[in-house]
Amino acid sequence: MSITKRFLSFTILCLMQVQIAYAALEIVITEGTNSARPVAVIPFKWLGSQPQPQGMTDFASIIADDLRNSGRFSPLDRSLMPQTPATESAVDYAAWKDTGVEAIVIGTVKPLTNGRLQIHFQLINVLSGFKNQTPQKIDEQLVKNTDHIKLNLKGNFSTRRPRHISHRLSDYVFENLTGTRGAFLTRIAYVSINYDDKYPFKLLISDYDGMNQHVLFRSTEPVMSPSWDPTGKKLAYMSMEDKKHEIWIYDLVTQKRELIEPYKGSNILPVFSPDGSKLSMVLSKSGQADVYVYDLKTKKLERLTKNRGIDTEATWSPDGKSLVFTSERGGRPQIYQINLESKKIKRLTFEGNANLNPSITPDGKNLVMVSLQKGKYSVTKQDLSDGYVQKLTNGRLDKSPSIAPNGSMVIYSTVVKGKQVLSLVSMDGRFKAVLPASDGEVKAPAWSPFLTSKKN
Amino acid sequence: MQLNKILKSLVIALPMLTLAACSSTTDTTANDGVESATQQTTTESATNANTASDANVVVGSGTDVSIDDVENLTAEEVKKQVIDELRKRHVVYFGFDQQAVTAEYGELLQDHANFLIDNPMVKVLIEGHADERGTPGYNIALGERRADAVVKYLNNLGVSSSQISTVSYGEEKPVNTSHTEAAFTQNRRAVLVY
Repeated sequence: MSITKRFLSFTILCLMQVQIAYAALEIVITEGTNSARPVAVIPFKWLGSQPQPQGMTDFASIIADDLRNSGRFSPLDRSLMPQTPATESAVDYAAWKDTGVEAIVIGTVKPLTNGRLQIHFQLINVLSGFKNQTPQKIDEQLVKNTDHIKLNLKGNFSTRRPRHISHRLSDYVFENLTGTRGAFLTRIAYVSINYDDKYPFKLLISDYDGMNQHVLFRSTEPVMSPSWDPTGKKLAYMSMEDKKHEIWIYDLVTQKRELIEPYKGSNILPVFSPDGSKLSMVLSKSGQADVYVYDLKTKKLERLTKNRGIDTEATWSPDGKSLVFTSERGGRPQIYQINLESKKIKRLTFEGNANLNPSITPDGKNLVMVSLQKGKYSVTKQDLSDGYVQKLTNGRLDKSPSIAPNGSMVIYSTVVKGKQVLSLVSMDGRFKAVLPASDGEVKAPAWSPFLTSKKN
Repeated sequence: MQLNKILKSLVIALPMLTLAACSSTTDTTANDGVESATQQTTTESATNANTASDANVVVGSGTDVSIDDVENLTAEEVKKQVIDELRKRHVVYFGFDQQAVTAEYGELLQDHANFLIDNPMVKVLIEGHADERGTPGYNIALGERRADAVVKYLNNLGVSSSQISTVSYGEEKPVNTSHTEAAFTQNRRAVLVY
């Protein structure tokens, strides 16, 4: 079954990952949950013959947090739950109907002899469940309808990464309820700076929610612009450790890195192509910043822009057929798109004093960027079909927007209380959350691709 | 300007002192000789003062009047002094989103240019920086533009390109990390590093 396969690939992914886990970021929701749909994630029941081990992961709590962090759901507080059933037959539908929740998640956790855990969980629609209590007559036969059980999954998991198991389950729930693939089993890469440290500049990764943070690289000199490869197993970034610009590719599996032989001048902003075979980058070897594409296999370099002004911040369209970039060719910085086949260049932005740092949403429909208006830099979204521009954030120094692989959210850096921190905003701009750092400043977030193989 | 004069005199003094430094061995010997002679005289006069209190003359001031031994600076040391002076005035600031060197830095860059021309073996690194307004990817390109503007200015004054290298830090290395307007003003800069 395809679900078993997906569980399996997930388990393999878990085993490959690096150790040491501590939380340095934490999501604090700041705006907009009133339109969120009420749901309940009931604590999973422990089925072991021995009592549940101390410090056992609370799967239900992490799933509830994920759903809340999406801005789309408002999970019911446990103290308000009328009951905590572990099986569908134990659900009191009338009581749940009264709470107003649309759906409930129930589950059990059973320890297996090999140290793994078997998790059985179900997503149940409360209203249909209530109706289905009365058997229906179909073809002269009384049939108990079970279409209120939206998900009924059982899987065996390694206990090494229990939070990741929860995120995977959240992905299933989110997809079933919204029709959009969940992006909870994803990571973020970012740069942290603490001038009190011997190595002030650090490149880190964590889960999307700031947990399981790992330092990959620390340096006395700046580290910039991490960018994921499409498998989520490599990161490209720029490091100034040799007092010049150098682009490195860090392999998360081997924990080794590889240098892209630097060219004279700037070597900045590497971004993997959607198929992972190329890197777009900005080089100044011809005198000023221009956009190039570097083929990782043939090591051939193609120059795409030839302009006296600054051309920078190139990112790939999801189909890999074009790049969007920032250019000063028209005077102030604006966003342009270059078709990689025809090499034709088209200007995309016309509003505001300046527009920078573009990226296209995974569905190819919107442009997300940083816009300067009235002296303030904020994250905006432009509809690529009608040109309509929507402001997503209200900061003064908002920058580095990176889009979740399911297109639901943008993570960006902003200044809160005099410190640079990461923030989240939903693609409709209504939901906002900050990820305050426990120490230092945090910037340059990059949202990973989906960390599970694409469903068939 | 005061500092400018000091710099000029140091630059002029450099070749002279270099010559002086060549004969420093004999100079030192001579100095030693003079000093020991002075010491002898002092001792004698002190004896005179003590033993012949009724003399008509008193020789000696009663305090040490010997000249401190001033060693000649080597060429390297003079160069270091000039560099130290230049290091105190080594930052060119820019307006918001500006990449042109303004007239107020003409004298500062002239001093650096003079020194570099006089010392063709000396190399300078020009760091370009930006404030944090805007985006890191644009600012690192802007920082490069600022460094390049300083290079061009120095080239125009006759400095060889082979003596100059550049690197842009963009907004990644602010001198003032307070995220305020005052910080931005200090952070938009090009720095000449020896």
